[in-house]
Amino acid sequence: MKLNPKKNLEESRKKAGYIPRKKATQKDYDRIGFMSGLEVHQQLLTKEKLFCHCPAGIFNKSEDYDAQLVRHMRPTLSELGEYDGTALMEFRTRKEIIYRIKNRTACTYEVDDTPPFPMNREALEIALEISLLSKLNVVGEVHITRKQYLDGSIPTGFQRTAILGVEGELELPHKKIRLIQLSIEEDSCREISDIGHTRIYKTDRLGMPLIETVTYPDCANPDELRETCDYIRFLNRSTGKVRTGMGAGRQDVNVSCRGGSRVEIKGVAHTKWIPELSHNEAFRQWSLLLLKDELLKRINHVSDWKITHQPIKKSILKDVDLPEHAEVLVAVNLPGFQGALSWFTQPGKMFADEITDRLKVIACIEKPNMLHSEELEPVVSEKQWAEIRNKLSSGENDAQIIITGTEDDIQTALETIEERCKMALEGIPEETRKSLPDGTTIFERVLPGADRMYPDTDSAPIPLDDAYIESLSHNLPEDMIERYRKLKAWNIPEDTYAYIFSKNHFPIIERIINELGIDSVFAGTFFGHTLKFAEGHYKVSPDFTYKMIYGMFGYLKKKEIHPLIAVNMLPELLEHPKMDFDSILSGLKFKKMKAEAIVDKVPVLLEKFNQSKTGSEPGDRTNWVMGQLRNMALGNMDLTVLSKKIG
Amino acid sequence: MDNDIFQGYKGAALEILKKYQVRVWGQTRVETTRGTFTGTVLPRSENDDDKHIVVKIATGYNIGIDVFTIQTMKETGYKKAVYKIPEKEFPTTPGLPKVKLFGTGGTIASRLDYRTGAVIPAFSPGELYGAVPELADICNLETEKVFAVFSENMGPKQYIALAKAIGKEIEKGVDGIVIGHGTDTLHHTGAALTFMCQNLPVPVVLVGSQRSSDRPSSDAALNLMHAMKAAGQSDIAEVMVCMFGPTSDKYGLLHKGTRVRKMHSSYRSTFRTIGDTPLAMISREEITPIKEEYNQRRNDKDVKILPYFSDKVTMLYYYPGMNADVLDALVDKGYKGVIIVGTGLGHVNKELYPAIERAHAKGVHLFMTLQTIWGYVQMFVYDTGRDMMAKGIIPAGNMLPEVAWVKLSWILGQTEDPEEVKRMMLTPVNDEITHREPYNGYLVYQGGVPEVEDFVKKVYK
Repeated sequence: MKLNPKKNLEESRKKAGYIPRKKATQKDYDRIGFMSGLEVHQQLLTKEKLFCHCPAGIFNKSEDYDAQLVRHMRPTLSELGEYDGTALMEFRTRKEIIYRIKNRTACTYEVDDTPPFPMNREALEIALEISLLSKLNVVGEVHITRKQYLDGSIPTGFQRTAILGVEGELELPHKKIRLIQLSIEEDSCREISDIGHTRIYKTDRLGMPLIETVTYPDCANPDELRETCDYIRFLNRSTGKVRTGMGAGRQDVNVSCRGGSRVEIKGVAHTKWIPELSHNEAFRQWSLLLLKDELLKRINHVSDWKITHQPIKKSILKDVDLPEHAEVLVAVNLPGFQGALSWFTQPGKMFADEITDRLKVIACIEKPNMLHSEELEPVVSEKQWAEIRNKLSSGENDAQIIITGTEDDIQTALETIEERCKMALEGIPEETRKSLPDGTTIFERVLPGADRMYPDTDSAPIPLDDAYIESLSHNLPEDMIERYRKLKAWNIPEDTYAYIFSKNHFPIIERIINELGIDSVFAGTFFGHTLKFAEGHYKVSPDFTYKMIYGMFGYLKKKEIHPLIAVNMLPELLEHPKMDFDSILSGLKFKKMKAEAIVDKVPVLLEKFNQSKTGSEPGDRTNWVMGQLRNMALGNMDLTVLSKKIG
Repeated sequence: MDNDIFQGYKGAALEILKKYQVRVWGQTRVETTRGTFTGTVLPRSENDDDKHIVVKIATGYNIGIDVFTIQTMKETGYKKAVYKIPEKEFPTTPGLPKVKLFGTGGTIASRLDYRTGAVIPAFSPGELYGAVPELADICNLETEKVFAVFSENMGPKQYIALAKAIGKEIEKGVDGIVIGHGTDTLHHTGAALTFMCQNLPVPVVLVGSQRSSDRPSSDAALNLMHAMKAAGQSDIAEVMVCMFGPTSDKYGLLHKGTRVRKMHSSYRSTFRTIGDTPLAMISREEITPIKEEYNQRRNDKDVKILPYFSDKVTMLYYYPGMNADVLDALVDKGYKGVIIVGTGLGHVNKELYPAIERAHAKGVHLFMTLQTIWGYVQMFVYDTGRDMMAKGIIPAGNMLPEVAWVKLSWILGQTEDPEEVKRMMLTPVNDEITHREPYNGYLVYQGGVPEVEDFVKKVYK
């Protein structure tokens, strides 16, 4: 009975009930027990980094560096005397970590040659304000903790981080989301490359102040997850004291399905990617659980399950194109695993990908690092497989892998394969995964746990007394949900909210409405539609600030000019913010006129239209007359009033 | 008993814990005016205030709870953590050299100490093997904790104890000795042991770490491997300091105990040989000699242990305008030897002359060393120098100030005869004074200079 991998893939996909996200309903997510939460990271807008006096927010290109240094990381015990799983995994990779340093953006602190300076108070204060806004229980004393990261992303091997608040709650328009905690921490290095046993980082971003808001897994579907994420980001931005732009906000998405495990999708830069990623991850776990059931029908003693392996000669794989780094070939037999390798996991992926991804990360063998017996487009012929199976004494229910790697990495590769396959018999491995643009993910690391925490013996605790917390709470912006309700009450259309909140335009809009008496719908859509469009279509001068828009409306009010003309003034203001408003208006050929004088022109124009008969549709007449008067009327009167007068 | 249950807590915090009967390591739920907190109560560092209780929350982080905000708290469970480096028996491999590791404290192997909140040394072959299993490929290891003090607490008593212990080990036929040591005074100990353990047949290697071993990027593991290799396999039978060459995990350097100095408060590559090149480079793979001449390893056990030390020697770091009474006071207090650390080529101001004369007349031994660290004392160039020599100050060549202090202490522990003291001070035991300074003995490059920047960019720092 020969397995057809394509057919097997398709059948297993059906078994899992995988459907594209667009077609999925809450019922589908309830069926697989979709559960998800977030860790939202947000850089704070400070002049300096968190534990040293290097400037924050200055970045350099990968090739632009002044010096390099090399480190290796070793696992150490946590405070409770345990080793962390991730740490042990990273140690097995035997990575040489290279840091590229630029004088301007990194000092001896970043490279762990100088102990930390006291925590940046500006950063701490912003983070505390956000903690208060997030309704968290603020701690009495900040304890700086070392959180181990052996991937090298921080040269010390740990991140200095501290909890500021626990157990908070966010009120979303339709749901409450509970928060586990908020921490302040130093940002990590940016990775330049990771090839074989060498990983290269740059240290510009390293040490910048960052907060992490962690939610409970309260989100029941991918869209809710995205909404929650947006909400947290908007809340952070409502302070006006956080960084924006590429990489300033990043989130880790925790996903599981019923019976599955917590898997963390790391570093998702855009909230719009969240739904697809979380959808696919929940189904990946669901499908892997079905694979487990399938395998357990055939494999009785999970703890005794073992791979066997044999080195094979390249001559066996005559005519097969092998990767350049394939110094040695080792054939591996996976007892009882036939049909597992081509089992569906994610769109375009199958269980074999889980193995190849781990071989790359843990054994450090670049892809392609293996061939297997269930390739959709086989490169090894059936005859060659027969010879290999013979060598391995394989049974008919077994699957086979050929590792194509270097001698030094084979031992780790074999351990990695056996480990991943055994995990398939037990459930879903807890891991962190990297997101790909197509909405799928690949293995990144073993998921770290609480065992990687250690008190920072270099830093003293920072007390936060009641008087200080009290003083901070007086300077907070209002709650996001209040702002949401106000926008609703002002009848501003909902399609503008995301833009208004993401750019933190609410305070200006509120002032324009309350202080200048501008119509709220107009004010809201002026930002949410007109400004948003203009920013995408005109070259915005670096001198432009959003406060100038308030200035513009203030000017129009003072001059008693109808605010609608602001729509035409805006492009000019964006491009030439230093130009005064009088000049902008004369550039638009605006002339001050009385509304009556304009209305007086209507009868003549109506007459003219009737004579020339340029249209027959209802409304053509009004449109034509409006067109004639629009520029004249703009700024001098309400256009809807004019329209009514035309009739 | 209180101390155990409420480890480190005092004052208001202790009262609260007693009142609600919550112990250290007890799981607790705390109601406060700032909300509810749950977690495990941790010990508190003695130096921290009495206004907060430290709790480890479920996510592994620690937080402090302000005791004045606490409304009520309750112990809901108890689980004491045991912080212990996993011990594995250090394997013996036939054919590998036998190395003895003396523990003195310091950060080479360490664990958390709640009393001070800092790290304290942990140490046994099993613990070391658990933490750095690679050591078993280098040597067969025995360890002995001679004492446990922080580097800054090392002193004459410890030098003498170490020298005697070294003598005993050599007598027993060890192939090399490693001494784990805090880094602050590693070079003082290096000098002391050089003078106290002469004619060594095997290497004696001092090693420490600039980042404690409880940190993933610690230099401890690599330094230990290098030191074990130097002790077990190198041909250099001298007292050496083995620490990082560059700050990168690349190679270590073996420095002579008499020429080495800690030059940065926190860098990994802090130890530098002054006025000369190091003895050798060392990596996990090989030992690459830099100096051609050194004392070679021998098969005999003819070490001379000279465990002497006088506590009547001091150092005087000169500053412009220094008043003569400073030196007078030292003499009045009974100091028999003074190492003056002078400016430039070895100068102090004229106001000190009468005090120098008085000291000399009282039989105090005065030697001149340099604040410049690099270079030789040369007191013939200016009249002031000649004046001072006439008044009894003896120039100590290019001996490092700390080394001169150690050496004079060691000498005065044996003799007070002025001629003998002078002869011994100026006769090098092991290059504490060198006869020549090679051109590459002084290389302090300046950042910002194009050719230096170019070099730094190309070579791993």
